[in-house]
Amino acid sequence: MEQPNLSYIHTLSGGDKAFEKKLIDIIQKEFPQEKKTYHENITIGNYKKTAEIVHKLKHKISILGLEESYEHAIAFENNLLDGNNKLQNKFESILTTITNYLYKL
Amino acid sequence: MNCIIIDDEAIARAIIERLCSTVNGLNVKEEFPNAIQAIKYLNQNKIDLIFLDIHMPDFTGFDFIETLKNPPKIILTTSDANFAIQAFEYDCIVDYLVKPITSERFQKAIQKVKVKSSTVVSASSSKKIETTSGNDLYVNIDRRLIKIDIPSIYLIEAKGDYIHIKTEDKNYTVHSTLKKIENKLPESIFLKVHRSFIINFNKIIDIEDNSVLIKRDVIPVSRSNRPELMKRLNLL
Repeated sequence: MEQPNLSYIHTLSGGDKAFEKKLIDIIQKEFPQEKKTYHENITIGNYKKTAEIVHKLKHKISILGLEESYEHAIAFENNLLDGNNKLQNKFESILTTITNYLYKL
Repeated sequence: MNCIIIDDEAIARAIIERLCSTVNGLNVKEEFPNAIQAIKYLNQNKIDLIFLDIHMPDFTGFDFIETLKNPPKIILTTSDANFAIQAFEYDCIVDYLVKPITSERFQKAIQKVKVKSSTVVSASSSKKIETTSGNDLYVNIDRRLIKIDIPSIYLIEAKGDYIHIKTEDKNYTVHSTLKKIENKLPESIFLKVHRSFIINFNKIIDIEDNSVLIKRDVIPVSRSNRPELMKRLNLL
């Protein structure tokens, strides 16, 4: 499975460590909150709200360089908007991968 | 040029602010996590450009635009390329950036803002591409500036010193280069698939091996351009 990386952030920062830290801090703060909101909504079957939070999460997935996972998130978001949760397991494994990665940063 | 950023994601606001800081003369006056706060600000302050997220809870970017009587120039920012066509319904929208936004793509969008801000100076040559607004492209044909609706373009072909622009209603032959028109078109819906062809991604009928069918035209896809085409397909 592909692994998260900071390539995009490094490119954007041009070596500015303070800016890199700022972005990483934001991700480390927002990601757990969004993941929690995701689980709350998928658990009760509110697929519309779940799609909204997947939409937000997918931006962070792309920032962390997870290209295949990003495509997967797009497909999952579309499924949710169509009223089904196909691809849920794979999506949640992506969230776990990111959680583990952010923990180690 | 003064701008504001409207996006419910803090990380998106931070990235756009950073990208703005790389442009001389572009000042970020404020950032807003929702459109309602921005409306209040705009009632009391004049700004030149808005970076606007489409996908926000409760009040979308398009809802926001509808509330503005005299909207400034707007660059849409989104994680969803599917809104590109809707974006072209608004004259104030200059460009459409798909997240994650790269520096190169950002610079291109700013360039479009500058082009739209400047007065069009007509060239003396008989056939040249002049300028674009949000959803229009003006081409100079026999000293007349002809407006072409960008979303109606389905194919552009390079032929020597000319390009052949095919639209839903009419075709145009213009003295220009594929490179030049490529810079005027939104990346979200147009794609160069061959050194001689740019296609409207939304008009593809089917793809077979190394060619795409657009309307009745079978267009070759070069080996170097094929990965980008495949990347953008919503494959099952």
